[in-house]
Amino acid sequence: MAEATVTWINGPVLRARRQGSFHIKEAVHVGAARLVGEVIALRDDSVTVQVFEDTTGLRPGDLVQGLGTGLVVELGPGLLGQLFDGIQRPLRALGELYGDLVPVGLSVPPLDRERAWAFRPVLEAGLAVPVGAVIGEVQETVGIVNRVLVPAAAAGTLEWIAEEGEYRIEEPVARTRSPDGIVQEIALLRRAPIRAPAPVGERFAPAIPLVTGQRILDTLFPVGKGGAATLPGGFGTGKTILQQTLAKWCDADIILYIGCGERGNEMASILTEFPGLTDPRNGRPLMERTVVIANTSNMPVAAREASIYTGISIAEYFRDQGYHVAVLADSISRWAEALREISGRLEELPAEEGYPAYLPSRLAEFFERAGRVTTLAGAEASVTVVGAVSPPGGDFSEPVSAHARRFARCFWALDRERAQARFYPAVHPLQSYSGYVDQLERWWQDRDDLHWRERRDRLLRLLEKQAKLERMAKIVGRDALPAEQRLVLACAEIGTEAILRQNAYSEQDAFCAPRKQVAMLRVLCHFFDQAEAAVARGIDPDALLTLPVVRKLQRMGEDIAGDDPESFRALQAEIDIAIAGLELPAEVESA
Amino acid sequence: MPEPRLQDRLLHTGIEAMRGPLLFARNTRGVGLYESVEVLDVNDQARLGRVVAIDADNAVIEVFQGLDGLSLDETRIRFLGEPVEMDVGPRMLGRVFGGSGQPIDGGPRIVARDRQRIDGLAINPARREVPSEFIETGISAIDVMNSLVRGQKLPIFSGSGLAHDRLASTIARFVRLRGDQNEQFAVVFAAIGVTFDTAERFRREMDDYGALEHIALFLNLASDPGTERLLTPRVALTCAEYLAYSEDRHVLVILTDMTNYCEALREVSTSHEEIPSRKGYPGYMYSDLAAIYERAGRIRGRAGSVTQLPILTMPGDDITHPIPDLSGYITEGQIVLGRDLDRRGVFPAIDLLPCLSRLMPEGIGNGRTHADHPALARQLYTVYAQAQRLRLLSSVVGEEGLSPSDRIVLGFGTRMEERFLHQGSERRSLEHSMDIAWQLLAALPEEVLLRLSDEQIERQIRSRRANRTE
Ligand SMILES: Nc1ncnc2c1ncn2[C@@H]1O[C@H](COP(=O)(O)OP(=O)(O)O)[C@@H](O)[C@H]1O
Ligand SMILES: [Mg+2]
Repeated sequence: MAEATVTWINGPVLRARRQGSFHIKEAVHVGAARLVGEVIALRDDSVTVQVFEDTTGLRPGDLVQGLGTGLVVELGPGLLGQLFDGIQRPLRALGELYGDLVPVGLSVPPLDRERAWAFRPVLEAGLAVPVGAVIGEVQETVGIVNRVLVPAAAAGTLEWIAEEGEYRIEEPVARTRSPDGIVQEIALLRRAPIRAPAPVGERFAPAIPLVTGQRILDTLFPVGKGGAATLPGGFGTGKTILQQTLAKWCDADIILYIGCGERGNEMASILTEFPGLTDPRNGRPLMERTVVIANTSNMPVAAREASIYTGISIAEYFRDQGYHVAVLADSISRWAEALREISGRLEELPAEEGYPAYLPSRLAEFFERAGRVTTLAGAEASVTVVGAVSPPGGDFSEPVSAHARRFARCFWALDRERAQARFYPAVHPLQSYSGYVDQLERWWQDRDDLHWRERRDRLLRLLEKQAKLERMAKIVGRDALPAEQRLVLACAEIGTEAILRQNAYSEQDAFCAPRKQVAMLRVLCHFFDQAEAAVARGIDPDALLTLPVVRKLQRMGEDIAGDDPESFRALQAEIDIAIAGLELPAEVESA
Repeated sequence: MPEPRLQDRLLHTGIEAMRGPLLFARNTRGVGLYESVEVLDVNDQARLGRVVAIDADNAVIEVFQGLDGLSLDETRIRFLGEPVEMDVGPRMLGRVFGGSGQPIDGGPRIVARDRQRIDGLAINPARREVPSEFIETGISAIDVMNSLVRGQKLPIFSGSGLAHDRLASTIARFVRLRGDQNEQFAVVFAAIGVTFDTAERFRREMDDYGALEHIALFLNLASDPGTERLLTPRVALTCAEYLAYSEDRHVLVILTDMTNYCEALREVSTSHEEIPSRKGYPGYMYSDLAAIYERAGRIRGRAGSVTQLPILTMPGDDITHPIPDLSGYITEGQIVLGRDLDRRGVFPAIDLLPCLSRLMPEGIGNGRTHADHPALARQLYTVYAQAQRLRLLSSVVGEEGLSPSDRIVLGFGTRMEERFLHQGSERRSLEHSMDIAWQLLAALPEEVLLRLSDEQIERQIRSRRANRTE
């Protein structure tokens, strides 16, 4: 392999004089400690390398060794439930071997070499197998079957396939012969480059929602399986909690949680909490469908840059087996900043706010890896990407927020004022949008006697009117508004409390199933109808706000267990009685 | 294969240039990145520095005590072959250190039990324990609404002239863990570019309280070299980690003022002629601050903990300024002080709405503090936010433009500031603080109390109303 000698070092980047040929994106080892790095530029006899580990102590004269291949992830049974750093070092294993701090220049393989897995062949020898065909299965966890596929180079005739039994990941479980007679062994372990998307059959537009159990998302701004969303918000507005809530309750088969440049304790809390939470679909710990990539803010910045690619490459591995995968990246901004830091150290010409000119194209490439597809074997699968964005000063016009929203069709804007009032999730209903509503409408219509779209739009319109009227009320005072307008304000406030607010720490309401969402929206709209009729009859809209049933309506998420239709019918009946019992203003005032 | 060490070139000359705090040296082959150096002046007085960039033959060195009085020809450099390290050992408490970690109180040298890199490696997230032990600070606005837990990093965002120092020393005196009496607690106080007065007042207050033997002070004062400020929080934290992980203590680290730290960072970055990011601060300031703040925490299987209370003054009281903004993105919440409240004589002048404690959910509630504590905090926030909105509104349309129930909420806001927020130098137990809060809520109509369940209203609100009418 090619070698080079370090001539210049600046933080995580270095230049070296080469003897031999390197290629762009080639992985390298640096110095006696064999730090992991990657070639990012070549010029004449000089190689520029970003180093994924702490470079303290590196010296000019140290050796850079090319590894011949790009940076790869290891794929195979044993990924689920794991915690990796940005270059897929298994953090738990590192901790057991080297203690409390992330060591430098030391690693252990990402996947356990010794563990044996129960493999079951599904094809027989003698068959022709194309790339991506499923040849066998490993029951990796109770909920997830790891499907063993024919890798890209190994299409041909299945010459031999292992019998059902226990195999370690490096042992061959099949052998193929290509039409030109090349024999290939297939093992459970495989490797994929992190920078390039894995091939798929066909791509389609999303058509079914990724159910998140969050009313403001599912009902107002739904994302489809295979779609992409950005989640911008200043600090403390609820990005991480929302991402974690999605990781817990969304109905993807597999979760890739990427902690990119954020807090160590947030990673620890996933590791502590998820094993104790059960997946409602199979009663197993949620950790069994989750892979965590943790490259926290104080870990090396180049590995932070790599972390989102490591994460999405693992996601594609599961997608290719026919699964729906959700990639939750917190935060894309920290990735962009890592890009900026490295670019700055190389004294590249900056574009906006110090970010390199290639920021938008890199962002586009990343979000493009989301999608609903058929796998090479023809199964439907998807990767959904939700990227949190941390705009400086909470200003959504900055480059990362502005570019990210161009490439994702859902925009879930978190609002500081709501967060400060502890109104969660602080998704702003007027600044946010979803470009998937039309495509997902069918799915919801099937669940709400065809009225879902109409009710959803009604709530949204009400909130728009509320914003306009509030501006007016600020000038003339609320009492000066006509009754119909005060009704709009009252209904919007009730709707906001009833539907949009959802406490992630509530046992009852952290997750709201689609059927319950539909029931809640239905009873809310019923209330609107009754209230409008009452006001038309001359009832003062403010009198509605103090009705005991309105308190119930506003707390139904918390107080009504599950989607019990009886409770919703009872609530509806109570609304009718309460509103019918309202008396006309003259008497109300004299009381 | 190892390069020849520099022992044979211990005293290196060949300094090409000096700029700001940077020294550019020639013929430095074999020097490692971030290696520490001693820079010797004509009289052999040593200053500490470190190598921050190298090429084949040249090194750029940051000198923490500045370059004042150094000449190109007579200055010599001793390369130390190691990153910047510090001796840690028993009896660091009760001592006063300079901003680079050297004792300055005339006492004995620290007997080294260990030598630690001052910018330690990252804690492996898999080894962290999520902080969840509630610490009673004795301050209502913190204990009830923004609870602090052991191992948290919770900064105070202040403005120049506000009483953040008083708040920090009040917390340092008041903190105690509920139930636990025999605590091995310690305070590490790092003065970063603050006045002698500030540091001295803190020392005196702790002395009056008889707590001096629990404290280690690290002083980089306003008159000390700016570049040294890059070291001060790091040496202070190295000491704190020793106290926490080798002596099993619960350490509270007060870092004041992180704004001065960030300014030093900007100054050095400018000398490097780096491309700046917002307001001239370097693009890596987020990572740099994270390397400091992330040193707070709890580690599995270790008895001690490091809790951080960094203080920073927001330039122009602007919370979107890069210093508070980047800090807020890293720390686990923030306590924000408000000028209006301060003017009205409220102490502590905590501006509740922008405050946050992210670890609060882990530390409070059933089995930790009180089952109704989370709902109480949410309810207080909801009504107080409403009161603040109405306050704005009433300044336009007048109080008469508000509905009767809005007027009640508006009055609640003021009463909350006077009775709950303001506490002067009184120390309140959590129970006492919660009781004040429930009393205040009991004056509100029930349709406002949407964050409380029916049982909570019955238990906490109606009972208090009944008492009051008796
Ligand atoms: N959906 C939610 N339900 C309840 N509390 C929330 C919710 N979202 C955020 N919070 C509160 O807000 C705090 C900050 O949220 P976080 O997600 O950490 O913000 P960000 O990542 O945007 O900085 C959390 O610690 C939590 O107390
Ligand atoms: Mg966050």
